[in-house]
Amino acid sequence: MSEPFDVARWRPAPFLPERDARDPALIFVVAVLCFLACLTALGVIAADRAAGGWANQLTGEATVIVRARGGETPDAAAARAAEVLAGVQGVAEARALEREKAYELVRPWLGDSADLEDLPVPRLVAVTLEREQPATADQLNAALSAQGLDTVVDDHSIWIKDIRRAAGVVRWTGSGVFLLIALAAAAVVAFATRAGLAARKDVVEVLHLTGAEDGYIAALFQLRFARIAAVSGALGAAAAAALGATLRLIGGGEGITPALPIAWLDLLAVLPCPLIAAAVAAVAARLTATALIRTL
Amino acid sequence: MSRKPNNAAAPEAADDIVRFDAVSMRYGRGPEVLSDLNFALPRGSFHFVTGPSGAGKSSLLKLIYLAAKPSAGAVHLFGEDTQRLHPSQLPKLRQRIGVVFQDLILLDHLSAFDNAALPLRIAGHKPSEYRNDVAELLAWVGLGKRMQAQPPTLAGGEKQRLAIARAVVNRPEILLADEPTGNVDQEMALRIFRLFVELNRLGTTIVIATHDQDLVARANKPVLNLEHGRITALGPQGPRPRADDE
Ligand SMILES: Nc1ncnc2c1ncn2[C@@H]1O[C@H](COP(=O)(O)OP(=O)(O)OP(=O)(O)O)[C@@H](O)[C@H]1O
Ligand SMILES: [Mg+2]
Repeated sequence: MSEPFDVARWRPAPFLPERDARDPALIFVVAVLCFLACLTALGVIAADRAAGGWANQLTGEATVIVRARGGETPDAAAARAAEVLAGVQGVAEARALEREKAYELVRPWLGDSADLEDLPVPRLVAVTLEREQPATADQLNAALSAQGLDTVVDDHSIWIKDIRRAAGVVRWTGSGVFLLIALAAAAVVAFATRAGLAARKDVVEVLHLTGAEDGYIAALFQLRFARIAAVSGALGAAAAAALGATLRLIGGGEGITPALPIAWLDLLAVLPCPLIAAAVAAVAARLTATALIRTL
Repeated sequence: MSRKPNNAAAPEAADDIVRFDAVSMRYGRGPEVLSDLNFALPRGSFHFVTGPSGAGKSSLLKLIYLAAKPSAGAVHLFGEDTQRLHPSQLPKLRQRIGVVFQDLILLDHLSAFDNAALPLRIAGHKPSEYRNDVAELLAWVGLGKRMQAQPPTLAGGEKQRLAIARAVVNRPEILLADEPTGNVDQEMALRIFRLFVELNRLGTTIVIATHDQDLVARANKPVLNLEHGRITALGPQGPRPRADDE
């Protein structure tokens, strides 16, 4: 048998049993929810980075279409426009594209056979804008029309707006999904707390009738479920990070698709998961337990 | 134990640890299980509550240990009207009451020692301050060799004594025991009774609900007999019938 009982070494045992047969199921469910939440977070971060990257590329550039007017040849008009544009504040570089480039752009519609030389194909000027304070389309337009040039400036702002809007939708959807998952986790924990209180009715009753405050009893359950959720959160976060790392390894910096470029640093985003899970569980368990104990 | 003489002119003697004023009780919307109870228990007294099964003995004790509320009338405890107290004040009152529940409610996952120490932990004492007292008490109730045992491994009488140890460990002012000799033989019943007498001698007010007519007959203590939720008899030196006082 065990050695004789040494009173001096006695330490109070926890009022709630350390383990419960239902714990593994709860840990599994909460871990899965945390895994999904972390994936959502990683997805949003990656999509945000992709959108940011595209928008950035587009912001740095503008395209100007130049149509020759009067006696001027298209090439001369394009060269003049490039010169004007280069002088505008906020423009880093302006370069008239060769005739061939312009032809290439219209060829898919007109075909090889068409005699492009006879058509008044507009020329293009590629403008690289300064990073810090890029010139706006209006500024470019004003400078060009002041020099009597017939041009259309496309600063890609429509595309940028679309990309930004898409990124916003992804972000909001992600947040919504994240919130839903958190609520589901809270509901699961509330459910488990109710089951836990019912299963440990003896503990609750004895503590209550022995003069324990409601808060003291609720805290036992709060702590217990917070600890379980923290473990689940760590498991879910680790799984999500592992998946993220795998995608990164398979797909490189661009990720599995250009729409989801995952950086190594992004994986750190899963770190708060155990803490958030524990906080959600603590609140859910506390509210549930307090409400039930109050009915005693 | 010196007891102040009862004074009929002053029924609300400060020394009454429990006083029932026209108390009735029902569970939920059920029928009344206790009707119009009037009595007072002086501090330091020793009473039996008797009556057939279903008479309301446990319900009466529940009112005293604040596990139930009267549906009418007032239960006074330690001189306070329990109905007028804020819920947040009740835990402190409960800490002054020791209860041996009819179904014991020992915590099976804790050792006998942890079960017995529970009220001291709830009261916020440090383990180093009380662990020797707990060991001493367990030895006193004859569980000195079973301190690490979990309740399911204890014999019926041992469980009962453990429940008693837990009820008295925090030196309650009043000890309520519901059928404390329910599952033990005559000899063990007598030993348990002597334990209560000893505690009473040390100043604890004792109320024992029991079927055990043998024990009641031998004990020669005042009896409060219930039938269908009403007091039908007050034993020899029975509790003062308050209704007649006024
Ligand atoms: N939790 C409860 N809910 C509803 N009715 C109850 C409850 N507990 C007891 N009763 C009823 O109240 C009445 C008194 O019960 P109580 O337990 O007080 O009797 P008792 O005198 O202690 O009986 P016993 O000697 O069998 O322990 C009984 O009719 C019982 O059915
Ligand atoms: Mg009973």
